[in-house]
Amino acid sequence: MANIKDKDLQYIIGNLLRWGVWTSLAIAFIGGVIYLSSHGLETVHHPKFVEQDHHMPGILQEVFQGISAGKGTAFMMLGVMLLFATPIMRVIFSLIGFILEKDRLYVVITLIVLMIIFVSVHGGLG
Amino acid sequence: MTVLAFTLILFAGAYCAGLIGSLTGLGGGVVIIPLLSVFLGVDIQYAIGAALVSVIATSSGSAAAYVREGITNMRIGMFLEIATTVGAVVGALLATIAPTHFIAILFGCILIFSAMNSLRKKAVHVLKESSPLAQRLKLYGSYPTANGEVEYGTKNVAGGFVMMIVAGILSGLLGIGSGALKVIAMDNIMRIPFKVSTTTSNFMMGVTATASAVVYLQRGYIQPDICMPVVIGVLLGALTGARILIRSSPEKLKIFFAIVITLLALQMIYNGATGRI
Repeated sequence: MANIKDKDLQYIIGNLLRWGVWTSLAIAFIGGVIYLSSHGLETVHHPKFVEQDHHMPGILQEVFQGISAGKGTAFMMLGVMLLFATPIMRVIFSLIGFILEKDRLYVVITLIVLMIIFVSVHGGLG
Repeated sequence: MTVLAFTLILFAGAYCAGLIGSLTGLGGGVVIIPLLSVFLGVDIQYAIGAALVSVIATSSGSAAAYVREGITNMRIGMFLEIATTVGAVVGALLATIAPTHFIAILFGCILIFSAMNSLRKKAVHVLKESSPLAQRLKLYGSYPTANGEVEYGTKNVAGGFVMMIVAGILSGLLGIGSGALKVIAMDNIMRIPFKVSTTTSNFMMGVTATASAVVYLQRGYIQPDICMPVVIGVLLGALTGARILIRSSPEKLKIFFAIVITLLALQMIYNGATGRI
């Protein structure tokens, strides 16, 4: 019985990963087309790297404002962020799978991994 | 140069990086960083950010197939992800304080090591009995081969775990998947069969890279206009590479690329040592 559930989980997670990647890239690509159609002929400038101190809520807000303004960079950023969400969703689905299998040890292990990612999202301790 | 031309060059370069990364088994991220920073003059921080994003894409994209075939061991992956994600967050934090030339030199060294390692002959081994700790953590499984399902066990859990922390730190610090170190941890130390090690390592890269990528995102390393062509290019290149590998095992090509990559790595070390990066 447990084995059958493992197989189901493999199938679901395999599809989740595939769809996550292609959706993210499609959105990033659309963003790229919008961006290039308005900025494509400008001269490229290599900006020097400047360290910034953004926080996730601020970045999300900026992305959504940019999208409603139809900005290409905002769509590209949304694609990138969906790409980040894909492995995180995979971990969450594994968690659900382990809960259904009543595998307590792996529920705890998965929760630890999620917690580490959560800490990292919250400014990475810095 | 116009933005359009620059984007197309990035895309073409990323496609080659993805192709070479997949043919050599090194991964696209590790090839794209020297390409962007040495040839295209992109700041290494932005190169690392874009590479990390492309690691997430190629890992998730190729892991999908292996997971469905049941080769990937999701329990081993999840357990070792504790080590790699902690390492990745530490690595990303170190990256923000480490001097750029140090990162360039370390990157070059890791690249040479990985290139040499990719040429090593792989021994096929299957461990029958798991160590007591591995048994308690359920770090065993079976995988499909031409001769039916093969059962395997694991050992040296602590050693593998420590190696995974190192792999995670390097991944977070340098923006790479550090597949070579992950496979050493699983294949050489924990004695997991090679096919399971490589696919599980690939499976783990997505989560590991995401743990450090969110730190990078908040520090401004991730530029959407650089990431977009790089991620799409690397993924398409990796898919092409995978298709070539199904039809043939290009040993000579592998050696050729290992030499090219070593030269690229030496250039990067030189640039780092002379303060040009």
